[in-house]
Amino acid sequence: MRNQQILFYSKLLGSHEHPQITEEVSEFKATMNTNQAKQADAKVTINDLNFYYGRHHALKSVSMNILEKKITAFIGPSGCGKSTLLRTLNRMYQLYPSQVARGEIRVDGVNILDKKHDINILRAKMGMVFQKPTPFPMSIFDNVIFGVKLYESLNRSELMERVEWALRKAALWEEVKDKLNQSGMSLSGGQQQRLCIARTIAVKPEVVLLDEPTSALDPISTAHIEELIFQLKQDYTIVIVTHNMQQAARVSDFTAYMYLGKLVEFGETDTIFTTPKEKATEDYITGKFG
Amino acid sequence: MIPIYTRRRMTNILHLTFSVLAMIFGLSWLFWILFVLIGKGLDGISVALFTEMTPAPGSAGGLLNAIIGSLMMVTLATLIGTPVGILAGTYLAEFGQRGWLASVTRFINDILLSAPSIVIGLFVYTVYVAKVGHFSGWAGALALSIIVIPVVVRTTEDMLRLVPDSLREAAAALGAPPWKVVTLVTWRASEVGILTGVLLAIARISGETAPLLFTALNNQFWTVDMNQPMANLPVVIFQFAMSPYESWQELAWAGALLITLSVLGLNIIARFFLRKKTLSA
Repeated sequence: MRNQQILFYSKLLGSHEHPQITEEVSEFKATMNTNQAKQADAKVTINDLNFYYGRHHALKSVSMNILEKKITAFIGPSGCGKSTLLRTLNRMYQLYPSQVARGEIRVDGVNILDKKHDINILRAKMGMVFQKPTPFPMSIFDNVIFGVKLYESLNRSELMERVEWALRKAALWEEVKDKLNQSGMSLSGGQQQRLCIARTIAVKPEVVLLDEPTSALDPISTAHIEELIFQLKQDYTIVIVTHNMQQAARVSDFTAYMYLGKLVEFGETDTIFTTPKEKATEDYITGKFG
Repeated sequence: MIPIYTRRRMTNILHLTFSVLAMIFGLSWLFWILFVLIGKGLDGISVALFTEMTPAPGSAGGLLNAIIGSLMMVTLATLIGTPVGILAGTYLAEFGQRGWLASVTRFINDILLSAPSIVIGLFVYTVYVAKVGHFSGWAGALALSIIVIPVVVRTTEDMLRLVPDSLREAAAALGAPPWKVVTLVTWRASEVGILTGVLLAIARISGETAPLLFTALNNQFWTVDMNQPMANLPVVIFQFAMSPYESWQELAWAGALLITLSVLGLNIIARFFLRKKTLSA
């Protein structure tokens, strides 16, 4: 209700911005070929997405396709809107009433920004892993089944099976199989992050959103997680936000370079990192800027 | 030696000295009180204290009816006040961040928190005791629960605010609706703090005299009927300590020691269990 009100007011107040937006759209369409990724295999289609933190216009007419079972990386300097974009994909922003998204995000053809779309079902489908490991204050076992228990009623042995499956997928099983009843908070940082990944895939989402998942970790844990992300690609569509360009180059199939809330360039990772079309992208990637 | 380093060392020593002195000053009063209490109260501790009723002047007796009365009223007040306090505190911290209702509630709660307990006693006297026409255990428990609520509301809100938003986001990201985020994650993350708040409230009401004076009053005889005036330790202590009879004064000291020790014991037991829980879980 509140959101709708804000939406209504922001529409009233922000009406003068519309010409500018359409201008940007045409500019956008003219200068770059975003649809390298074919519409047909797109898991997520973002169409003219605008995002506001109160009055601050954080995403400006972003459009792109995210392909099924591929890894898409968002790169760009701090404050460019890459995390914001990620947080619109599971409507995480909705926890905060002053944040508003306008536009269209289609997942399997359904517009998830539609208020009628159930937000909790959406979040179960679009799993998310955060920058800092966030184990819940409960046992490792309970951490992994937290999301499972919300939407499925399984008996004890099925739960055990699921926990083992998820922990194996997250490459953590061997390290924790003898201490599933210990607190999730007793693990090391890298293990906690893998626990969070296990917890996310235990609910069997279709898309996994990773928000700088390795920025708080040491190089060895980072390598573990990157390896893991690569493995997960077989089953999931993955979107990863990263500060680390080498990481984007190493793990992703597609890369989006963002700057000041705009999508500057989007395409296959190899192309972006070897022959970027935009001067801005080249400057950022070669370290001249950012 | 480098002059600036020497100066810093001197400043450090100075600060440390003053801090230690301040701590000694504060703690010495506490220990003094405890020593006097043990010295005077220990003589009165006997089997009779726990088996006999409050005596008439000059005769021997115990505090059984007062102990039971206090236990019943404090327990009931805690049972009423804790859920109300926790739910209200949760509303303030988790759901009512914005909007006028939360800020008004928070303001009123702060006033209630610092309200003199005698005012609460008079309030319950006016709205309940005067209407019913007699003092009763129910009225006493009601008055005490009104003291419990603001303490629990405040600590619950403060403790929930310490839980980082990232934890709430992580739970929401798994598809948990808000009420499940609260009950399964944020309450758990702050349960030690919330429980400490409840203990603090129990400690506070165990010694409250003024609100009981106007509500439960006192009863020289054995009763577990909450609809009658009820004996309780604070009022008995008040009455006996002010009396000229030596046997009564001795019982008052024993009662004061009893309250102090039970609050102390409750804290130690709770800490023990909480520590065990945080270590194992």
